[in-house]
Amino acid sequence: MWTLFQIELFKIFRRPRTYIAFAAITALIGMVQLGLKVDGKEYASFVMADFNSTFTLEGNLLNGYFVCFIVLQLLLVHVPLLIALIAADMISGEANTGTLRLLMSKPISRLEFILAKYLASVVYTIMLLVWVALQALFLSMLIFGTDDMFIMKSSYAVLIKSGDVFWRYAGAFCFAALAMTTVAALGFLLSLFAENSIGPIVATMSVIIVSTLLSTMNIPLFNLVKPYLFTTHMITWKEFFDLQVNELNEAIPGSLAYPEKIRTSIFILLGHIVFFVGSAALIFQRKDVLS
Amino acid sequence: MRIVLIFMLLGITSSIHSQDVSTLVAKVKAKIDQVNDYTAEGKMKTDVAFIKAPVGKVKVFFRKPDRFKLQKDGGISILPKGGISINMRSLLTTERFLALDAGTILLEGQTLRIVKLLPVEESSDVVLTTLYIDEPSLLIKKAISTTKENGTYEMEMQYGNFSQYALPDKVIISFRTKDYKLPKGVTLEFSDEGKPKTEAEKLKNRKGRIEISYSSYSINKGLPDIVFK
Repeated sequence: MWTLFQIELFKIFRRPRTYIAFAAITALIGMVQLGLKVDGKEYASFVMADFNSTFTLEGNLLNGYFVCFIVLQLLLVHVPLLIALIAADMISGEANTGTLRLLMSKPISRLEFILAKYLASVVYTIMLLVWVALQALFLSMLIFGTDDMFIMKSSYAVLIKSGDVFWRYAGAFCFAALAMTTVAALGFLLSLFAENSIGPIVATMSVIIVSTLLSTMNIPLFNLVKPYLFTTHMITWKEFFDLQVNELNEAIPGSLAYPEKIRTSIFILLGHIVFFVGSAALIFQRKDVLS
Repeated sequence: MRIVLIFMLLGITSSIHSQDVSTLVAKVKAKIDQVNDYTAEGKMKTDVAFIKAPVGKVKVFFRKPDRFKLQKDGGISILPKGGISINMRSLLTTERFLALDAGTILLEGQTLRIVKLLPVEESSDVVLTTLYIDEPSLLIKKAISTTKENGTYEMEMQYGNFSQYALPDKVIISFRTKDYKLPKGVTLEFSDEGKPKTEAEKLKNRKGRIEISYSSYSINKGLPDIVFK
């Protein structure tokens, strides 16, 4: 299993396609950082126009923590598409090149083969997120400095002390890793059903786009399925940046406003992963490998 | 003839009262003017319906006549627009106002003189200031300021160790806040499901309050310009 896993990792990181995602993320984050460095104050005053009519904010509002939050908000919608590029190619790529039949002729268990392939795509996903963290958080901290984090939500604003921010990012990135691993699991499952990479990649992207639309639209009919869609829970990472308030309306440092929401999302995402990977393993066990 | 006499008497009485009040305000101002500058440390609590903010340490700098700066201890501070309300001294920086006696009021067991201050200058942002003055101690216990741009602010002062300099231990500023709403498309929040109603209720229908509790003052030690930049 360990050898299989190492081989799969070698295969992933040998392909030039793998690095497209890293390059795309570097370019995207770089563009956002450049834009905010040059015109950040105008952006902040535009977003905060309503708030600024009553209050004056003093301090380094456009700091690294805030910039990272903006980057993640923009990026975590698109990262699944980059993950689909690799995960949805894991089995179908082998089928396309005709190596799947060859591999299955070797004395290895199909379950171990599937798990090794999935774990390799998980490693790729985590490495992609580590790259996002390095660029969006650490580089932004270097460029924009650090300060308290001020976030505007749709019905209220949250001020988090600078010393209380870092662990929230650690939690948010771990959560994002789980969410992206779910996407990888979906792409991985779909890659079983085709003999070329394009089909599963497009299918994974389509499922993500349709599910995201369903999660976004506030229509009563769709509200019934919303709680069970993984795309609804993928954005729960933002809950790490909300504070609980006491009876005196004082925010409690180190607290989470809705920890139960995070727990529920973790369970639902884990459920999806088990379902997708379990289904992939079951289907592959019975699959007649012809290519 | 009798009516003319009554009007004359009323005029004289009001002039005496207004003189009394002007003297009282002058005395209060003289007490305040003992302090040329100060640096104070304290804690600030922001209690606004739609803001979740923890209690933070603040440092306050003041220099005559109206230089004032509130600095959060290494962080972002949220203040109601029109910082005038934070600093009682700025209410009395000018001598160009009319002081009117509005009687007395019993507030928390203390009889306070109500004085209405009307600025003489048209350009002044403050339209009207009402002061609640404790006459024996010459301390302003409460002030309500109505401004042209930023609405009405209410300030309550509690005094302790530094009352001889008219410096409060605690200042509570209350103000009206506008409704706050950002489109969910901007914040990328898809649903509010799972959020308990009590939380939402906590964030509704409340007047904004900023509470600053001062723990120490450093008075008349001199403050350079750079502090206020």
